[in-house]
Amino acid sequence: MLKYIFKRFLWMILTIWIIVTLTFFLMHAIPGDPLDVADVGSSDAASANLAAYYNLDQSLPMQYVTYLKNVATFDFGPSMTSRSRTVNDMLESGFPASLQLGLATLFFSVISGVALGVFAALRHNRMIDYVTMILAVIGISIPNFIQSMLFINYIAVNIEFFPIARWGTYRHVILPAIALASGPMAIIARLTRSNMLEVLTQDYIRTAKAKGLSARKIVVKHALRNALLPVVTIMGALTAAVLTGSFVVERIFAIPGIGQYFVSSISNRDYPMIMATTVIYSSILVVMMFIVDILYGFIDPRIKLHAKED
Amino acid sequence: MSGTLLEINDLAVSFSTQGGEVQAVRGVSFAVGPGETVAIVGESGCGKSVTAQSIMRLIPEPPGRIKHGSIHLHGKDLASLTEKQMRNVRGKQIGMIFQDPMTSLNPTLTVGDQLTEGILTHEKMSQREANKEAIELLHLVGIANPDERLKQYPHQFSGGMRQRLMIAMALMCKPELLIADEPTTALDVTIQAQIIDLFKEIQEKTGVAIIIITHDLGVVAQIADRINVMYAGEIVEYGTVKEIFYQPEHPYTRGLLTSVPRLDGDRSQPLIPIVGTPPDLFAPPVGCAFTSRCKYAMKVCQAHDPEVTELSEQHYTKCWLQDDRVEKPY
Repeated sequence: MLKYIFKRFLWMILTIWIIVTLTFFLMHAIPGDPLDVADVGSSDAASANLAAYYNLDQSLPMQYVTYLKNVATFDFGPSMTSRSRTVNDMLESGFPASLQLGLATLFFSVISGVALGVFAALRHNRMIDYVTMILAVIGISIPNFIQSMLFINYIAVNIEFFPIARWGTYRHVILPAIALASGPMAIIARLTRSNMLEVLTQDYIRTAKAKGLSARKIVVKHALRNALLPVVTIMGALTAAVLTGSFVVERIFAIPGIGQYFVSSISNRDYPMIMATTVIYSSILVVMMFIVDILYGFIDPRIKLHAKED
Repeated sequence: MSGTLLEINDLAVSFSTQGGEVQAVRGVSFAVGPGETVAIVGESGCGKSVTAQSIMRLIPEPPGRIKHGSIHLHGKDLASLTEKQMRNVRGKQIGMIFQDPMTSLNPTLTVGDQLTEGILTHEKMSQREANKEAIELLHLVGIANPDERLKQYPHQFSGGMRQRLMIAMALMCKPELLIADEPTTALDVTIQAQIIDLFKEIQEKTGVAIIIITHDLGVVAQIADRINVMYAGEIVEYGTVKEIFYQPEHPYTRGLLTSVPRLDGDRSQPLIPIVGTPPDLFAPPVGCAFTSRCKYAMKVCQAHDPEVTELSEQHYTKCWLQDDRVEKPY
């Protein structure tokens, strides 16, 4: 088991290195230069100094090597847009809010998605099934930034309880989390429903019934566990969707997360910031995939994580 | 009949589908006494599994429905029980074994968990006591190292071993009746023989009554006391093993027996299959359902359903050939 985790860890490092490398070269392949600000009209000497400050005077391979060294020590360097602050500073101030929002979103989408899926499956082809699936289609089709704006306009403006924007208390979390969660929730609900419907026709469900177990016990103990395996599979990808989606939603709700920096860093060609956010998001994604793989082994004993035992 | 454990009377089960109503079981009656083994034989789709699952009320409702008839266990009609009352019968008074042991066990739960969950539901008992029961039963069904094997998962057992697990599971609450729905069909022949022997051994030790559903006449000959031959949702002949094998009366029973190889017979003789296919149960024929495949069919068979004829105290058949006015062709 430990050996497996260690091996997976090495793969994770390799994956992140590939992502970092790709991002680095793609970023530099974009025409233009972050210091190429013609309208300000800075002197040649000033430009040269700035280039040296950001390591931009070196050759591309050299910049890459310097950059890798910095990433390995978690030093992302100074930001190009907020010149007085380093990227690390900005990330540290923004990350907690993004993390809270992301976790709240995941929690909400998994719990409600699984619950809706199970109810829909147990009431197959009845009212609650149709209502749930219609809700799911709505959740998937309306983009989260539209939902955010609708929520602000119709809920936050009318109900004092929900703040319109900004961050701080748990009340600030609810609306953006719901807007972000509805898409993943809908996907999870649909997937849970179809898996439950399939699992409920399995022979071992009939066996459980023949033992005289109650319907609730059959669903919770025998069906749900098997139905959740595919749901766990998409959790990694869903996490990525939630995190990338949060860029826009954070902006709409004026949440001081790292999403805002990522969005503006691209239009500003803020190289250090683009790299930093990419590394963070890809690391989170890779770690999530790892957790999913470990969870597999716990849910389904037939999936062996390590080499054959007996 | 005296001392009856289970008595089924005129049971009819239908399934509603988009194409109409499928009459899977059309008026089946039979009885099982304590400690006795009764077989239901017939080809695929004749309604034998549906009959078995109806006793446990395991047919999915809807689309399935018990149209009429009664299923009396110790005089209590199972067909009229609520779902909650029925749960106390399932597993506790009647245990059930299914056809495919590879898919009948939950792959994500340990064998111990699956063995004990039934008894923990039905009786006030600690997990430790339940484990002790389970270990005892695993001994009985011939699984070595039971205490270690309890912690294993189904995929760590072979097919034959899994069927032994299923049998142990069905016996956990010491039921009076065991329903085995094609328990040997999914197993290879040597394992089949072991499982049959196991059934006999268990019956001797526990005195449980067994209803065995199969299309394998070899299995029936080894294990059953009495046999119901089912065709197109009806029982066409009923009798003791001896009567069915040595004095078969219904043309369908005779057809079944000539279509299996015999060790004592002339091996150069070809096997004689029953030609044709069973009738469509969406619209069962008015007369005898076997008419279209019966080489002795008469005009009356097509127009009128035959009555049940009593051949001896234990031997009944449902065929026009038994009528006094007919000269028997065989």
